[in-house]
Amino acid sequence: MTYQFNFDVIFRSFDKMLAGLWLGLWLAALSLAIGTVIGLLAAYGRQSRLAPLRAVVWTYVEIIRNCPILLLIFFVYFGLPELGIFFLGKIESFVITLSIYAGAYLCEVFRAGLASMPARYVEAAKAIGLRPVQRQVHVVLPVMFRITLPALSNNLISLFKDTSLAAAIAIPELTFVTRQINANTFRVMESWLTASALYLVTCYAIAWLLRRVERRYAVIR
Amino acid sequence: MFEPGSFLYEAWAARYGLLAGLATTARLSGITIVIGSLIGILGGVALSYGPWPVRLLLRGYVDAVRGIPVLVLILFSYYGLALLGIQISPFTAGVVALGGFCGAHMSETVRGAIESIPIGQTEAGKAIGLTFWQRLRYVLLPQAIRRLLPPWVNTAVEMVKGTTLLSIIGVVELLLATQQTIARNYLVLQFYFAAGMLYVLVNFAISQLGALIERRTAHFRY
Repeated sequence: MTYQFNFDVIFRSFDKMLAGLWLGLWLAALSLAIGTVIGLLAAYGRQSRLAPLRAVVWTYVEIIRNCPILLLIFFVYFGLPELGIFFLGKIESFVITLSIYAGAYLCEVFRAGLASMPARYVEAAKAIGLRPVQRQVHVVLPVMFRITLPALSNNLISLFKDTSLAAAIAIPELTFVTRQINANTFRVMESWLTASALYLVTCYAIAWLLRRVERRYAVIR
Repeated sequence: MFEPGSFLYEAWAARYGLLAGLATTARLSGITIVIGSLIGILGGVALSYGPWPVRLLLRGYVDAVRGIPVLVLILFSYYGLALLGIQISPFTAGVVALGGFCGAHMSETVRGAIESIPIGQTEAGKAIGLTFWQRLRYVLLPQAIRRLLPPWVNTAVEMVKGTTLLSIIGVVELLLATQQTIARNYLVLQFYFAAGMLYVLVNFAISQLGALIERRTAHFRY
């Protein structure tokens, strides 16, 4: 095989690739933030005394976790306009999908976190006279976030990798840009090697950063 | 309810295409999971006990594949393998990418399962004079497989979901078959919803089957 590597074309559009990477990071971070809110609400819903609410949350989690994310993306992007929700752009639609997706996974994470809360923390909070909402806000949630920190950072990384699927609805993130460069220049190896390297470096950079955060804050049970 | 243009009529009209798509999805998932499990078991054992050059090489493979999105792997293998002069169908390119992806995840899972078995088990095996392969065969792997089962089922579900990405390189699996149907009759919401429910059904069945096997084998914990 005689393949001549020529990275010139990659360097020429490297700024586009970096912009794509940056966009992907934003999409992931935004989805994690919204997904955290959804996941928290769902986790409390799973604990609720109301059986119908528990059933609804269970159905949501099981359907989303067993449904391919690509199908969800298409469903929201192409399907929802039929229901009259047509004011969403590509990016909004993708972030909504990824948030709903993340919410289902984070619901399970938070449920485990809430379940592993030592009972004595809540008892202590009751003993000093905190009301139920205060107990959640000042005692349960802070500790639970520190317990679930490792799982949260894993979720952020896997969400970042899932942003590559935004290419399917033509959002110009790294995978989409790489595909364009590949199609325009036929430098197959160069473009995909560069994209892979960028994803790898970013994933491990996020992991390294978050491990440092975990060392500082995580509660080891 | 059954007039042309209604969902049921159009679904019935498209039944062969959709069923063929479902069959392709099943075939893809099956092949991928088998390849992934084989790579995983070999890779996991090698990661735990192999000589250091092998370990280093495998570590590189596993860590690289786990840090790259599946879609990038798929596109890379689709465009890249063709470049190597290998005439390859989208189906095969997809199997290579998904199999390699599945194998990397499985290797890490198998390694974790093997290393989570207390060292006392290995020592006991050595004490009664078992060779390395005998220890692996009769002591370590049977215990490791029980621990492996929950993550293995998870990975299997992930692979069924992952086969949808092959629609992007033109493998007519369930998602692309659905899209082709939608292109014909414009029933976007209904057909995506139906396909989604089909995936949920299949994956839910796999999870439940896994849970059943887990309950059946859970009695043996040292």
